[in-house]
Amino acid sequence: MWRDAALVAGKDLRIELRSKVALNQVVPFAVVVVILFGLAIGQAAPPAGAASGGALANATVLRAAGAGLFWVAVLLSTVLAVQRSFAVESADGARDGLRLSGLDPAGIFLGKAGATAAELAALEVVLGLAAALVYGIHPAGLAMLAGAGALATVGLAAVGTLYGALSSGTRVRETLLPLLFFPVAAPVLLAATKAFDAAIAGTPAAGTTWLEVLAVFALAYVALGAVAFGPLLEDA
Amino acid sequence: MTALSRRRALALTGWLAVAAVAATVWLGLWVTPPDENMGDLVRLLYLHPPLAWVAFLAYGLSFLASVLYLWPRTRDLRLDRLAGASAEVGVVFTGLTLVTGSIWGRPTWGAWWTWDPLLTTTALLFVLYLGYLALRRVPGDPAGRARRSAIGALVAFVDVPIVYFSVDWWRSLHQAPSISLASRKMYVHGSMAWTLLLGFLAFTLLYAWLLGHRYRIARLAEREESSVLELALAERRDEAVEGAPAPVPADAVTGGGPGSPGVEMTPAGRSR
Repeated sequence: MWRDAALVAGKDLRIELRSKVALNQVVPFAVVVVILFGLAIGQAAPPAGAASGGALANATVLRAAGAGLFWVAVLLSTVLAVQRSFAVESADGARDGLRLSGLDPAGIFLGKAGATAAELAALEVVLGLAAALVYGIHPAGLAMLAGAGALATVGLAAVGTLYGALSSGTRVRETLLPLLFFPVAAPVLLAATKAFDAAIAGTPAAGTTWLEVLAVFALAYVALGAVAFGPLLEDA
Repeated sequence: MTALSRRRALALTGWLAVAAVAATVWLGLWVTPPDENMGDLVRLLYLHPPLAWVAFLAYGLSFLASVLYLWPRTRDLRLDRLAGASAEVGVVFTGLTLVTGSIWGRPTWGAWWTWDPLLTTTALLFVLYLGYLALRRVPGDPAGRARRSAIGALVAFVDVPIVYFSVDWWRSLHQAPSISLASRKMYVHGSMAWTLLLGFLAFTLLYAWLLGHRYRIARLAEREESSVLELALAERRDEAVEGAPAPVPADAVTGGGPGSPGVEMTPAGRSR
């Protein structure tokens, strides 16, 4: 199973290295989203009582909401990454090839989810730097950031891959995947944001509960995906 | 159970549900007293919790049917139909729960909406299962669709407790909720307790009735789908047979005579 997972993940990452779709499209998209959030909140009228003018008030809001905005951008990018991951399989009957390859379905799931998680992790590093820069956040508690980021990424990649496979055979996959994915990913958004907030505020200990939520989510969907991927792959 | 007795049982459930709902309305609006604190608002008590209970019951049944469908030994398209029917009724009841809760929340808490764990979970549940119903509506062959839907139901159902606990922690760790569900705690006794109990019974019966009909409609829709397919196949076959003389005008243009081979083929095709 693990060998199969490594094979599939290696294949997906090699495709990404050669085509650079995630690098050239998904990462810039995520950065655009981060900037758009800045514009949306920067346009807000300053509170009536603010003595020091609008600029400072908006900067405060951005800094306070930064972690949440960052994770919303990651969620949006996950949909693109997952769609890309299954677009690769849809051409030239690659899905049938995968099905006939004799690889363990659980291994295929872990491989595809692993490759997506690796891409997302790289995206998060770039995006995190960009968000910290434009939102004026001074990152602290790097261990907590890395831990929460890793667990959240695994969870998002697992549930994304599961739903990606679920919707990839259908003709409405572009519209179906976000509708399915976002409500399920809601606890990840919540927990990862709170863990990041705790880390940025310099109180990483307050984030451990959220790490547990993220770990439970990741574990639940990795296990469910490994079990359910076989029947899913049977579909044409 | 034969088709006739099945229909009779369904009709009986329907009448019982209507009678029970009518009795709940009568008891709830006229017989029971207004609450000491809430006044007449307390009458929503006979409506809102039973609706929420039915929604959770419906999702539970849908989850159970989906698991049984995925289990190879109990795989049966009837289970898939049951899962879909139950989830659809559940979505309706979730919507009603949110609406009645909002109507109740506005005068008691002063807001149509609060980010209370139960409310937030219910709202997410509503969207989760809307997604599930969208997934069910994706065209495809019945077995593949059933398998996809069953896995979708599993993924959605596993999320519910995680959502609930994370939202619960979110509220309890980070700000003291100014409005808490604790204000909903009240002593229910006497005629109120009986009315509430009847409300649960009435809406559960209503759920069973709706579920039965939704299941029946799903079965009819599937039958229609397959018969339409057969009809279309038959039509195409007829077209192929009758379409044989189609080359006639082409022949006419190129100067072919009236005795083209297509005309002779038609009766032979019909006789098949």
